[in-house]
Amino acid sequence: MDFINGLVVLLNFVLIPATAYGAQLALGALGVTLIYGILRFSNFAHGDTMAFGTMITVLVTWWFQSMGISFGPLPTALLALPLGIAATAALVLMTDRGVYQFYRAQKAKPVILVIVSMGVMFVMNGVVRIIIGVDDQRFSDGERFIFSVREFKAATGLREGMALKTTQGITVITALIVVIALFWFLNKTRTGKSMRAYADNEDLALLSGINPERVVAVIWIIVAALATIAGVLYGLDKSFKPFTYFQLLLPIFASAIVGGLGNPLGAIAGGFVVAYSEVMITYAWKKVLKYWMPESLEPSTLMQLLSTEYKFAVSFMILIVVLLFRPTGLFKGKAY
Amino acid sequence: MDQTRNILYFVAIAALIIITGMVQSWNSALLILNMGLISAVMALGVNLQWGFAGLFNVGVMGFVALGGLAAVLVSTDPVSEAWSAGGLRILFALAVGAGIIGATTIAYRRITATRPRVIAMVSILGLGFFLYRALLDPAVQAVESINPALQGNLGGLGLPIILAWPIGGLFAAGAAWIIGKAALGLRSDYLAIATLGISEIIIAILKNEDWLARGVKNVIGLDRPVPKEIDLQESAQFIERASGLGIDPVTASALFVKLNYALLFSVVLIILLVMVQLSLKSPWGRMMRAIRDNETAAAAMGKNVTNRHLQIFILGSAICGIAGAMMTTLDGQLTPGSYQPLRFTFLIWVMVIVGGSGNNFGAVLGGFLIWFLWVQVEPMSQYLVTLLTAGMAEDNALRLHMMESVAYMRLLTMGLVLLLVLRFSPRGLIPEK
Repeated sequence: MDFINGLVVLLNFVLIPATAYGAQLALGALGVTLIYGILRFSNFAHGDTMAFGTMITVLVTWWFQSMGISFGPLPTALLALPLGIAATAALVLMTDRGVYQFYRAQKAKPVILVIVSMGVMFVMNGVVRIIIGVDDQRFSDGERFIFSVREFKAATGLREGMALKTTQGITVITALIVVIALFWFLNKTRTGKSMRAYADNEDLALLSGINPERVVAVIWIIVAALATIAGVLYGLDKSFKPFTYFQLLLPIFASAIVGGLGNPLGAIAGGFVVAYSEVMITYAWKKVLKYWMPESLEPSTLMQLLSTEYKFAVSFMILIVVLLFRPTGLFKGKAY
Repeated sequence: MDQTRNILYFVAIAALIIITGMVQSWNSALLILNMGLISAVMALGVNLQWGFAGLFNVGVMGFVALGGLAAVLVSTDPVSEAWSAGGLRILFALAVGAGIIGATTIAYRRITATRPRVIAMVSILGLGFFLYRALLDPAVQAVESINPALQGNLGGLGLPIILAWPIGGLFAAGAAWIIGKAALGLRSDYLAIATLGISEIIIAILKNEDWLARGVKNVIGLDRPVPKEIDLQESAQFIERASGLGIDPVTASALFVKLNYALLFSVVLIILLVMVQLSLKSPWGRMMRAIRDNETAAAAMGKNVTNRHLQIFILGSAICGIAGAMMTTLDGQLTPGSYQPLRFTFLIWVMVIVGGSGNNFGAVLGGFLIWFLWVQVEPMSQYLVTLLTAGMAEDNALRLHMMESVAYMRLLTMGLVLLLVLRFSPRGLIPEK
């Protein structure tokens, strides 16, 4: 019984939150990795693209709520999501036309594009803060739990409880659907194949009659969708605050690099590696070990390896270790 | 021709600051001047790394914060009870931590077979971590429980704060050495992410390790290298002189203190500028640019690219550390919560790119110009909003919202400035020769 109690604690505080967080990171890292694979630069504006998409979704959600539209037990934000994606897609397409296209035509070095994306980051950062401000915004509604601690305890009779938040369930299911759709698109459709061809060899793709501008437009739309979905899921699960989204840049890039930049499968794996290690290293294990260790060995301290403020250090350490020992990432990434 | 244009740029900046003095107040003009000087020093450091060597460092914030830490550790008085409670134990624990990392490195070098190597490294690190925490945690607890409302840290050396400037540079150089050893072999975007991560970690350490510099409880009332306003206001001689100039003593003392700072900062800026300018023209500077433009060719000529990169990375970071110590001295306090990457990393990058990467005078110009904009965009857009919304009612929701968001116009403006410069004048205002 003690073993099961310990397992329940582990699931409730470590595995379930880490899985949801991992799915959010994976979606964010997919966007970064696609841009890197096809447009060949690290997009520093990605965190702020996520913030922009989420902001539009939050605004539309509020509008829906004021009109009394709801999605039953599910959060209204899911209804607003398509509008958020559309607005973000319009924004990034405009950015591409107005900013990136010029440098692409010049065949500028990747590092120049990174600096350009820093400029875009500043602008988006400013726009989001001007429109919605810097404060925390909560926008989740509907049922809070799929099952709560009390229900779980009543159903199983265990001492420890476990809860599954609706947002966590939605995160994992949505991420699964999105990833399947993305891989189907990349591998099976004509546009997806032309995108991969363009990524492999730009000139050859051009010779085979692939329109590069169309490929680039499609990739930006996909990235906008991924970024908005990742941002909204993160915001539903925690809360929406522009600065937090800017800070997500580090774990997202860590995930993409750990998995191998430019490799979509790697981005997903990287997201979960980073999320699990972050949560496990900053979790106070005492509560689990209390059940699993014999009484004489019961830990006297919290058994927390690092305090939660050091979670950036965790993604960073994984990043450095992977880069030193396996520079192309866990899955083979690309290097330009 | 170019020469006159460059001089005109600097004259224009000076004019902007003087206009600020006449229109707003001399106090804010001097504030802009002082922070402009510090920004110029930071921009010099980044320009050394990016402009000379093409190293993409986005961890400027971390080095600036280390400089700030140096200011605290040098100038505050030591807390003797805290030292006797656990100061030496903390130092011992840190030494053990360094020893564990050293032992891991030796294991990595000495053991060649993959599996034993991994096992040895993991076990040294794993056991070492618990040993380190077992030594450190009680000592930290003992130190942090001493008078936590005011101290709770080990304090500093009680030396004059101006010594913290070179020491801040040394702190940053030490951190840069460690980072450079691990990350400089990486490609430019990887180096960028690695430095971004390091700077976040440095800030996390400053926020959490209360025994070091009180963490988010902040250290205030730091020592000053210049006289205090309050002392000036009490000195009869000063009051006499101020009234001779026709300024009231309170304003005069504030201006006098800021002028002193401006003088000190100018001395530092000029020394550094002369040094980097000389090195740029020396064979060393030519070698650096050769490496930047073609690493393979430079390596073929027998230049050790990795070592030269490490060298310039350390030098540039040290300059950022000096600037960080100067800034904390000017503020008179260390507030780890106020360090944000947009302000302390990316803004410095905007300065370098706009001023002209690869040109030291460009970096200095960019430092002044961008800092001026950063400060002045807010009042300017406030004025603009007032003008635009003049027809609206006082409590109009849109008007109130626009008034509130005026502060964030500066981010938008900085982004636009950076994008416009990159598009239409990619080599900056004063291009590299």
